[in-house]
Amino acid sequence: MEKTAKWDSKKIGEFALNYALYIILVVMLIVVICINPRFLSISNFMRILTQASTRIILALGAAGLIVLAGTDLSAGRILGCSAAVTASLVQATTYGSRMYKFENDLPLIVPLLASIAVAMVFCVINGFGVAKLHLHAFIVSLGTQLIAFGCTCIYINSQEGGAQALSTFNSTFNYWVTEGIDFGSFELPFLIIYAAIAVVVMYFIWNKTTLGKNMFAIGGNPEAASVSGVSLTKNIIGVYIVAGVLYGIAAFLEAGRIGSVNTGTGLNYDTDAISGCVIGGVSFSGGVGTIPGVVIGVVILQVINYAFNFLGIDPYLQYIIRGLIIILAVSIDVRKYIAKK
Amino acid sequence: MAESYLLEMRDLEKEFPGVKALNKANLLLRKGTVHALMGENGAGKSTLMKCLFGIYEKDAGSIKIEGQETHFNNPKDALDHGVAMVHQELNQVLRRSVMENMWLGKFPGKGGFVDHKKMYQDTLNVFKRLEVNIDPKQIIGDLSVSQRQMVEIAKAVSYNAKILVLDEPTSSLTNEEVEHLFKIINKLRADGVGIIYISHKMEEILRISDDVTIMRDGQWVSTTPAKDLTTEQIINMMVGREMSDRFPPKTNKPGKVLMKVEGLTGKYMPTCIDVSFELREGEVLGVAGLVGSRRTELLETIFGVAHREKGKITLQGKEVYNHNSMEAIKNGFALLTEERRATGIIPLQSITFNAVISNLKAYRNKIGLLINKKMEDDTNWVIKSMNVKTPSTKTHIKSLSGGNQQKVIIGRWLLTKPTVLLLDEPTRGIDVGAKYEIYQLIDQLAAEGKGVMVVSSEMPELIGICDRILVMSNGHMAGILDVKEDLKGGMQEEIMRLAAKYI
Repeated sequence: MEKTAKWDSKKIGEFALNYALYIILVVMLIVVICINPRFLSISNFMRILTQASTRIILALGAAGLIVLAGTDLSAGRILGCSAAVTASLVQATTYGSRMYKFENDLPLIVPLLASIAVAMVFCVINGFGVAKLHLHAFIVSLGTQLIAFGCTCIYINSQEGGAQALSTFNSTFNYWVTEGIDFGSFELPFLIIYAAIAVVVMYFIWNKTTLGKNMFAIGGNPEAASVSGVSLTKNIIGVYIVAGVLYGIAAFLEAGRIGSVNTGTGLNYDTDAISGCVIGGVSFSGGVGTIPGVVIGVVILQVINYAFNFLGIDPYLQYIIRGLIIILAVSIDVRKYIAKK
Repeated sequence: MAESYLLEMRDLEKEFPGVKALNKANLLLRKGTVHALMGENGAGKSTLMKCLFGIYEKDAGSIKIEGQETHFNNPKDALDHGVAMVHQELNQVLRRSVMENMWLGKFPGKGGFVDHKKMYQDTLNVFKRLEVNIDPKQIIGDLSVSQRQMVEIAKAVSYNAKILVLDEPTSSLTNEEVEHLFKIINKLRADGVGIIYISHKMEEILRISDDVTIMRDGQWVSTTPAKDLTTEQIINMMVGREMSDRFPPKTNKPGKVLMKVEGLTGKYMPTCIDVSFELREGEVLGVAGLVGSRRTELLETIFGVAHREKGKITLQGKEVYNHNSMEAIKNGFALLTEERRATGIIPLQSITFNAVISNLKAYRNKIGLLINKKMEDDTNWVIKSMNVKTPSTKTHIKSLSGGNQQKVIIGRWLLTKPTVLLLDEPTRGIDVGAKYEIYQLIDQLAAEGKGVMVVSSEMPELIGICDRILVMSNGHMAGILDVKEDLKGGMQEEIMRLAAKYI
């Protein structure tokens, strides 16, 4: 009898460990709802997901680099640079102090591709540094972070009117970023749809393609991957290129979401993306992580942000609680991999 | 008339700065045979293989495969041409599935997408052919070492390899698993695969191989049909000097009881269950058993790095309870771990660092800083008394041979002045000459009155150096046997019988 009881408690413990993230998320929501039941509304959840959408796309890119046993400190500044380029290309033609004096709006694909191209350049530099120069991702992205920031400042300062935020976007751009599909009583924002598409595509890349499998192999045991004939250079740069595409898309959307881009745009987005990934169970030692985990991780962070503001908690206190939650979530998650002796 | 060879390596030369690693090395492999490649560590076996696989560029000599002069750029290139190698250190991505590890580098599918169904089916097909019973979807890190080894061999087979190199394939296998491996090898041999078999285990080599090539100091010594060879001849040729016996004469005299273990049971599975025995002063107690019989777990539970559920350990009449390694060291225990590379050495640090790391307390001055002179002296003592071959105390331990690394690690533990030494596979992956020296060291330690426990998978080794042998079976103690000179012949069967007692 006693034995079965013990086994059951063990099983519950195991279950709790495996689903710790989801349990944390649900508990957080319940606590917030208990404090203020008005939190429980579709519009609040839509707002949380909308805010999380660009961060999810950014984190999906960074997650691959963490699976490779690296990291990316430059994601935020790259996003800033790409967002500046996007913003300069989508300014309304009626706006007097616009950067480029186009007569007509450019088709949206142009700023999108430009944004992706800029992000990809930086990511390829990072990838080259990691794969070819054998730098740690921490170091090389520490460098590109500064380079990207410098480029953003120079670009924004090069406007005729001097350094001013890039704002006032044309209506097509605004529509495709900030609006949504109307379902009568509620509206499904396009941003959530874009993020969902990115999640699905990335799920396929991670789980169903050679690149994804190789990424896990290289992150888990580069030696094994190498003797099995996996090209480390090609695959590492491949993962960085995918990250570049995601950063570019995230930057494009983020520019529209916040409506105005200045030199500070993107600051700390990298730490948010990394926090989201690690909360979601992407291991810094490499080779471990899932797409649903990353999504949940970012959403948890966003729920914290939103709920704290909703409840009117002191913003300085918010920082402290966020810090504690990151440590708590990750320390629970790593227990899965600790073998007891 | 010249016989046709599958692989012909002739007059290979390779020079590293200051060392001639290969000097006219030869290897001639016939189709459908097992060819043992033997030599002490540092004899050039791995350099020869690295030249074959294109990891090193050869300086001179020719490599022909089926009569064609061949040059591989890298291991993948070799794989694509049907030349595969199973490394001693299993290179696997532990947190991914068996099938992903098997097809890594050549996932089935089109346009970058992976065909999971085909991958699963192909894996099953290879396993079926080799009579391996493993679920392709299992995470490989959850498998036993022997199962992982089977996966590696299956991987080589999946490339339709015509030349297969096995590097120390049985170093962590039980006798039963070795039989399975040999069955697989025989099957591959019958299919016409040429197998290069690198091992230090004489009994196996004489059993499985057709030809034996022996190397020494980078040079080819001889190639002889295995049936014409004896263990003694092989050792003599490898070492290049007479070695009348593989084991040094025993000089230790077991005295009164030193350590008493009663009902020792670990907390977390897998672990040892209700183990009781006595260890005497000056005694070498062997621990035998199959892989998975939890010999390592027994040592770890005694040492305190694995949690104890119940049981009592008495050392020199006083009860001791090791909660962790610090307490164990203080109580006079020392544990030489099984995986030297993973848990023994700190590779990119000096000999000094590696020698004194467990004993740092002894080198502190009044304000807690470490005294270099003392550490240097102790390191020199280790080098001298263990006969470590190293250019200096500042050398990175990584650049020493396995045997010399092991000597430094044993020295590390001797510096802590232990009364009980727990040695887990002390001679794994070490060449014959260095093994002999480690046997001598074990005997000498026992002769000084220390209690020594030795876990080993090589039964002749245990019988050769131990006074008594404790046999573990599935976590339980199956019995303790006295080693008597005249019974050596029948002892292996007796151990095997006990090892299977609780399965």
